Amino acid sequence: MTTDLRRSLYIIIVGGGKVGFHLAKELAESTHELLLIEQDPARVAEIQEELGDIVIAGDGCEATVLEDAGAERANMLLAVTGDDEDNLVACQVAKERFNVERTVARINNPKNEQIFQKLNVDITVSATTAILAHIEPELPTHHVIALGRLKGTGLEMVELRIPEESRVVNRPIREVRLPYQSMIVLVVGEDGQPKVPTGETILHAGDEIVAVTLHESEDALREELMAPPPARSF
Amino acid sequence: MRVVIMGCGRVGSALAADLSREGHDVTVLDLDPAAFRFLPKDFSGHKEIGNGIDLDVLRKIGIEKADVFVSTTRGDNRNVMAAQIAKHLFGVRICASRVFDPLREQMYRNLGLRTINPTRVQARRLKRIIEAPDEEAANAIADEFMAADSA
Repeated sequence: MTTDLRRSLYIIIVGGGKVGFHLAKELAESTHELLLIEQDPARVAEIQEELGDIVIAGDGCEATVLEDAGAERANMLLAVTGDDEDNLVACQVAKERFNVERTVARINNPKNEQIFQKLNVDITVSATTAILAHIEPELPTHHVIALGRLKGTGLEMVELRIPEESRVVNRPIREVRLPYQSMIVLVVGEDGQPKVPTGETILHAGDEIVAVTLHESEDALREELMAPPPARSF
Repeated sequence: MRVVIMGCGRVGSALAADLSREGHDVTVLDLDPAAFRFLPKDFSGHKEIGNGIDLDVLRKIGIEKADVFVSTTRGDNRNVMAAQIAKHLFGVRICASRVFDPLREQMYRNLGLRTINPTRVQARRLKRIIEAPDEEAANAIADEFMAADSA
């Protein structure tokens, strides 16, 4: 998509629940052209009363409905129903049949984020993931916090804190057995000063680590950096 | 082969019974335990309760070891989402779905799923029996359909 902000876009929203309604309301104030597709005729009437003629009744996963909605000239389709399967199919139909440039899906079960990305949905938004990202730094549990994905690489940035019992405490990074495609890119010590580590950097309890890792390697990374040393048999 | 069938309606249960009788290791998954009543009494496969588009549920019932995944629920979207999860996240080799919407069926076939669409065939068959001159002729046509299906 171009970044020409003056360009007026045609945006289709699938799902007229709370999320879809408020999205439509916000976007209706912009210069962009907008259409909301909602299945329930009673809900359509309600929305019509408040927002005017920007809503149609229909199943936004059906190619015929999307065709009537003029999907082939849509720049964006936002699928925001409460059902992940409907959001996925709406995005896939938009992309495969109508070549919509940008598809955005609301994700209700955060575990579905991966399959949506694998199936070429451009943007996924999960309220659960967003809320967790905000509260996780305050939770005293030993978690790996996902900071973001590096699009198209399968890599992600994560943040974690080295717990006191970790096997890597007081050891240099070169002795840490990092999983495949994982790398520690930043260490923030107790003093709050971030430093780019070398193999000789010693890890301490309480250090904040920023690492790049493969999504599949996240568990292995957590295990290596956060778990206590393996029990020894005597 | 290890087969997972999502949706234990009339079609899913009949398929499960057939494959199980042929000696395959069949797991049937349905949200509603009452659906298992469609299975024959001597069904020797596994019955699991749960949602087939939930990754945790699929993992729990052993999707990673399955050779075949079939989705036959009433929801087209659920069927194709589950089959794509099985194929693309768990690497199940053969993934098949029933899809009622002909346009969606065609699209997902192009995207690499094995799909069937029962609506066109049924409409054509209904048309043929109402066009029959009398009941006798209509029943003969219906018998012909049955014979073709069990061949």
